[in-house]
Amino acid sequence: MRGLNLRLKVNGQDIETMSATIVQLLQEMDIKPERVAVEVNLKVVRKADFERRQLCEGDVVEIVYFVGGGNCGR
Amino acid sequence: MEDKLVIRGIEFRSRLWIGTGKYKDFAETAKAVEASGADVVTVSVRRVNITDRKSENLLDYIDPKKYKILPNTAGCYSVEDALRYSRLAREAGISDMVKLEVIGDERTLFPDTIGLLKATEILAKEGFLVFPYTNDDPIMAKRLEDAGAVAVMPLGAPIGSGLGLRNPYNIKIILEAAKVPVLVDAGVGTASDATIAMELGCDAVLINTAIAAAKDPIAMAMAMKHAVIAGRLSYKAGRMGKKLYATASSPLEGML
Repeated sequence: MRGLNLRLKVNGQDIETMSATIVQLLQEMDIKPERVAVEVNLKVVRKADFERRQLCEGDVVEIVYFVGGGNCGR
Repeated sequence: MEDKLVIRGIEFRSRLWIGTGKYKDFAETAKAVEASGADVVTVSVRRVNITDRKSENLLDYIDPKKYKILPNTAGCYSVEDALRYSRLAREAGISDMVKLEVIGDERTLFPDTIGLLKATEILAKEGFLVFPYTNDDPIMAKRLEDAGAVAVMPLGAPIGSGLGLRNPYNIKIILEAAKVPVLVDAGVGTASDATIAMELGCDAVLINTAIAAAKDPIAMAMAMKHAVIAGRLSYKAGRMGKKLYATASSPLEGML
């Protein structure tokens, strides 16, 4: 077991996690990977790489999905 | 013969496209979409709420197998943001389609067409099917087409204004010059506005607020469905010429 927690910024919030990959992080947050897109440090991570992509201390992660919207909805 | 809208090999069942914002809840959204007969629904890309995971998902109500999900870059005020949202949308979704918005001003929500053109160029090169939300400017429509847009989506009036087509003559000029489909996006306020857009020869209309903000959104969704069909048929049928004086429609022969 890894002793150290990673500190990340996820969707604007500072969090600490034991998750080492994106798949683990999504699992920990109870988010189904099929309907989301993930960006790490401004780069989109392909779904196929969710399992491989290692997270590092200080990574800025964005997890997005689709919401209702027509034009310029905010 | 069937009169189907086809864009880059993708067939569309309906010429009415629906935005999914501003509805009371997802159930109402789903009912309105169903009533409208639309097969394209636009959605926006936003952060998942990571603290409250109980919130429902729009796609639990709008089945992506049944509908074509068209993500937009609504709320983006820069080329960089529009590119970022587009790339995320492609990864979250199932297609390369993106309704590209680069907004220039908060009060009017008019597009920043210079930024829009830049973003269209870049995304088209990346293989996106770009549907840019643009002004009713025939020159810009042409430029967007040249930049690789698969269709152009000029506004009829400002987003959410319900003012109808404020410059039908410009839309007509855009239609004359365009080699890609033209869809009126924004401004439709009521069913007759949608008919007017279709009678001009537009390939489709995209409507959100006019349905969502109607007193009875489901009834308005149905009205829009018929309005778009009527407008298209009327356009295809070819209207009669206008005359200043009356022309009798009953025969004069055989009168007493």
